[in-house]
Amino acid sequence: MMQTTSTIPFSAQAETPWVLPHRGVVGIACLIIAESAIFIIFVVAYIYYIGRSLSGPMPAQVLELPILGTICLLSSSATVHFAVSGLRKNNIRSCTMWLAGTVLLGAVFLMGTAREWYHLIHDIGLTIRTNLFGTTFYSLVGLHASHVVVGLIMLTTALALLLGGHVKEKHAERLEVLSLYWHFVDGVWVVVFLVVYVLGR
Amino acid sequence: MLVLSVTLVIFLLVASLLLYVLIRYRQRPSDSEREPAQVYGSNQIELSWTVIPILIVVMLFLTTTRVILDTEAAPKPSSALDVTVVGHQFWWEYRYPKLGVVTANELHVPISDPAKPTPTYLSLSSADTDHSFWVPRLAGKTDLIPNRLNTMWIDPQKPGLYLGQCAQYCGTQHALMLLRVYAQSPEDFAAWIKQQQRPAEQNLSGNSAAAEGQTVFMHSACINCHTIAGTVASGRYGPDLTHVASRDTIASGPVKNTPENLRQWIADPNSMKPGVLMPSMHLNDHDLDVITAYLTTLH
Amino acid sequence: MANAIPVLEAIDQTLETKRRPPLDVVYEWVSTVDHKKIGLMYIAYALLFLLIGGFEAVLIRIQLAVPNNHFVSPQVFNRLFTMHGTTMVFFMGMPILFGFGNYLVPLMIGARDMAFPRLNAFSFWISAFGGLLLYFSYLGGDGLYGMGSAPDVGWFAYAPLTARIFSPGHSTDYWTLSLLLTGIGTTGTALNIMTTTICMRCKGMKLTRMPLFVWLMVVTSFLVFVAVSPLTAAQIMLTLDRYLGAHFFDTQAGGSAVLWMHFFWIFGHPEVYILVLPVFGFVSEIIPVFSRKAIFGYPAMVAASVAIGFISLSVWAHHMFTVGMGPAGNTFFVFSTMVISVPTGIKIFNWLGTLWGGKIIFKVPMMFCIAFLFQFLVAGLTGIMLSAAPFDWQLAGSYFLIAHFHYVLVGAIVTGLFGAFYYWYPKVTGRMMSETLGKWHFWLFIIGFHLTFDFMHLTGTLGMPRRIYTYEAGRGWEGLNLIIGIGALFQTVGTLIFVYNLVRSYYHGEIAGHDPWDAWTLEWATPSPPPAYNFAVEPTVRSRRPLWDLKHPEDQDENYE
Repeated sequence: MMQTTSTIPFSAQAETPWVLPHRGVVGIACLIIAESAIFIIFVVAYIYYIGRSLSGPMPAQVLELPILGTICLLSSSATVHFAVSGLRKNNIRSCTMWLAGTVLLGAVFLMGTAREWYHLIHDIGLTIRTNLFGTTFYSLVGLHASHVVVGLIMLTTALALLLGGHVKEKHAERLEVLSLYWHFVDGVWVVVFLVVYVLGR
Repeated sequence: MLVLSVTLVIFLLVASLLLYVLIRYRQRPSDSEREPAQVYGSNQIELSWTVIPILIVVMLFLTTTRVILDTEAAPKPSSALDVTVVGHQFWWEYRYPKLGVVTANELHVPISDPAKPTPTYLSLSSADTDHSFWVPRLAGKTDLIPNRLNTMWIDPQKPGLYLGQCAQYCGTQHALMLLRVYAQSPEDFAAWIKQQQRPAEQNLSGNSAAAEGQTVFMHSACINCHTIAGTVASGRYGPDLTHVASRDTIASGPVKNTPENLRQWIADPNSMKPGVLMPSMHLNDHDLDVITAYLTTLH
Repeated sequence: MANAIPVLEAIDQTLETKRRPPLDVVYEWVSTVDHKKIGLMYIAYALLFLLIGGFEAVLIRIQLAVPNNHFVSPQVFNRLFTMHGTTMVFFMGMPILFGFGNYLVPLMIGARDMAFPRLNAFSFWISAFGGLLLYFSYLGGDGLYGMGSAPDVGWFAYAPLTARIFSPGHSTDYWTLSLLLTGIGTTGTALNIMTTTICMRCKGMKLTRMPLFVWLMVVTSFLVFVAVSPLTAAQIMLTLDRYLGAHFFDTQAGGSAVLWMHFFWIFGHPEVYILVLPVFGFVSEIIPVFSRKAIFGYPAMVAASVAIGFISLSVWAHHMFTVGMGPAGNTFFVFSTMVISVPTGIKIFNWLGTLWGGKIIFKVPMMFCIAFLFQFLVAGLTGIMLSAAPFDWQLAGSYFLIAHFHYVLVGAIVTGLFGAFYYWYPKVTGRMMSETLGKWHFWLFIIGFHLTFDFMHLTGTLGMPRRIYTYEAGRGWEGLNLIIGIGALFQTVGTLIFVYNLVRSYYHGEIAGHDPWDAWTLEWATPSPPPAYNFAVEPTVRSRRPLWDLKHPEDQDENYE
């Protein structure tokens, strides 16, 4: 049985266009805020424990500036930006090229971290349980590296879809959302680099 | 007190306003159809009930700050007594560094004369987890945290026994980690100190049970955890027992210090304080009797 | 009206009243991405944990009703208070409030669903799994030496009690992991609410026209992003300590127990605001309708809510006044805590202003909101008392503190929640809850609440600390604890009547129609219950109370905004 007793207001034409932000961008911004809070806590722990290890190797003795990795990672922000703008102009080849470059640069960064850790663990004997420096170093840099890994997986997936011809100009906003995540990861690296390799040594 | 009166006044004011509004503006059967005048707000009213609370907050804040500084930043008089308190699961260790006294579970302090104050300054730390020293009639609580030194002071002016207990959850027997603070006149306190400074009586020839108990004690695992000054027992894990018989209670407060209770404690501590860290020593009845006899001589 | 779409009172249900195979129904609920169904699942799940957590509390009160009681062992007691706190905060409070948010926010802003429906479903299921994982610890927590069962480290799990040496076995790990998972779910839901509100409002619904409940869910979601993550980080650190030998909170290696406290309370204090802000939202929707007046001072309410959100991030160490931070640290946190009382007071005054000059109708939802007002006032004032550090040095860690925070959690939050149930139940089910049963529920619960928590303040001032499984006679605590226990029984009976009312009204309640309370926000413009798509045509609004405008064309709100 149908009864009608009241009504919702309905306007045939709106006075001004009603434009709201894209939900992908807002969603990733929220995620970035939440993830930043996690990183800030690990950074605070790192800074608090600088100089407080009771024993064992100290940062100045064993850390070297990861210049190559940093240059690669920060450049990859630029390459992913170009990939997005390429897709917006419907230039699939350009997008593919720049995206492949991003993945490559990210992979070089990760390999640098892996080599650094191998050296620290096998040659110097610094592990997460050695002292406070070991604990805070591996957890902070490791947390960042895990985010790089996730980002690379996503970027590689995007690259594979591009190569398979499934990505079109209308997907540009989604690629932009991914690129925002990648910029975030790079931004975190700037902080980690300054705190661990500059301030802490 | 100021905080209490301010909040009480605010409560009475707002609650009575609320009550008034509920009664005055309740729906009466006669006016079920009309809608009341829609009032959307008033900037002046909003301003007034923003500014007035801010002023109250400033006033409360300043008075509170003054009390904080009076308490935490008070200068330490040279006549203050220093005691180091170390929290353990589930007992209290007290050391009087300048007087060479180490004891457990019952803290003795001298009372203080307002004209010439002799407060007791407690340095607080912990050997294991977090604890908190709270004797309400003497002071607010301060936490005992491992790898950290906290200080607080107490200044009792009336002699007597002040009760409290650990106020930071520290494990299974947190509830029975009681505090007993004996505030004594300067003479009584000095006498107590002298007694505590003496090492344990070595010559037990008049008391054969106690003498045998001493031998059993020194040859069993007891010495790994407990100290009895002047003997080979020098364990630091459990309470110092040099003057255990001079204490009113054992097990950090809940158990009266009688020979029967002491014997049962040694036989099976978990039966009296389940979850305590002292294991049952699995001694036979005879050993229990003689060890109890020995410990009851340790005044 | 010419340019208006008719609203159905109720969707023609004849096709759907035939019994469907149970498996179909189960599959529909398990695989749903509809915000309404997910919201209801959150609420049902939370009600289950309300009963379980309440049962744990009753056991605690029985053990403490007389001195030197042996009703439960100390080990069991320590697990009970840990599980009670953890359950009520994480598996009752958070899910029920995000459940209401899930259900109501899209309806209130004229949207058809949340921004990310699949994320919504994922968030629910991972949170639900977290709760089950925590309770599995009763069965599966046995590690080495039989040290197992449920966690017993207190709901805030201070280090180093949580270190491997002091908490062997896996019970602490159940605590850590279940909360980690639930935190992920909560963050997902908050992300959804934030994105939905920013990106999916219907035409004309500017941010300044959103219902206050939606505003409060937005501030809550922001707090979730900033506050839940520190807990996640701290738990990762704790797990690294326990399993990989890290030293974050290992005091033997130079680590700091106080660091855990900072990290936990940076989460823990905003957490209680996450719990209370949605309830402010409920009350801000219900009080105007039952006073027949618009909310007094909408812009001030929004500003105060946002201010509370921001300030709440700066007060955390008032949980640590006894830790020895020194006068400078203590003074700062005294100040920030006292300051937060200003926007909170503004809200109370605005609610008062709404009631003033109105026509107050004492139906059950309103009764609960009025109880909320009195009780929240008291809770806030005992909070001010505790914010004075010297006062806190005496009464932190005592039953005065427990009375204060239960005044907030039960006296304000649960009470407001009950009001919200009675208010929105007709929308969700199409039937009214019984007013008679509701009044029984109200009076029994409120009397029980006051018996328990008013007297609890006194036990605290008499020196009774928290988390003790028993106490000696002769401290003056005996009679009070008995009264507290009796109050707990009253609250239990009241709650059971409530649950009965929920179930019974579904089958026998009076048919509600789409707007039983003569209210003004968009959710009341849909049939009860709303169809899956919420609105056939996306509405356009021109004021904060679109339905008021329709009902009072001569005195529309938009003329005043």
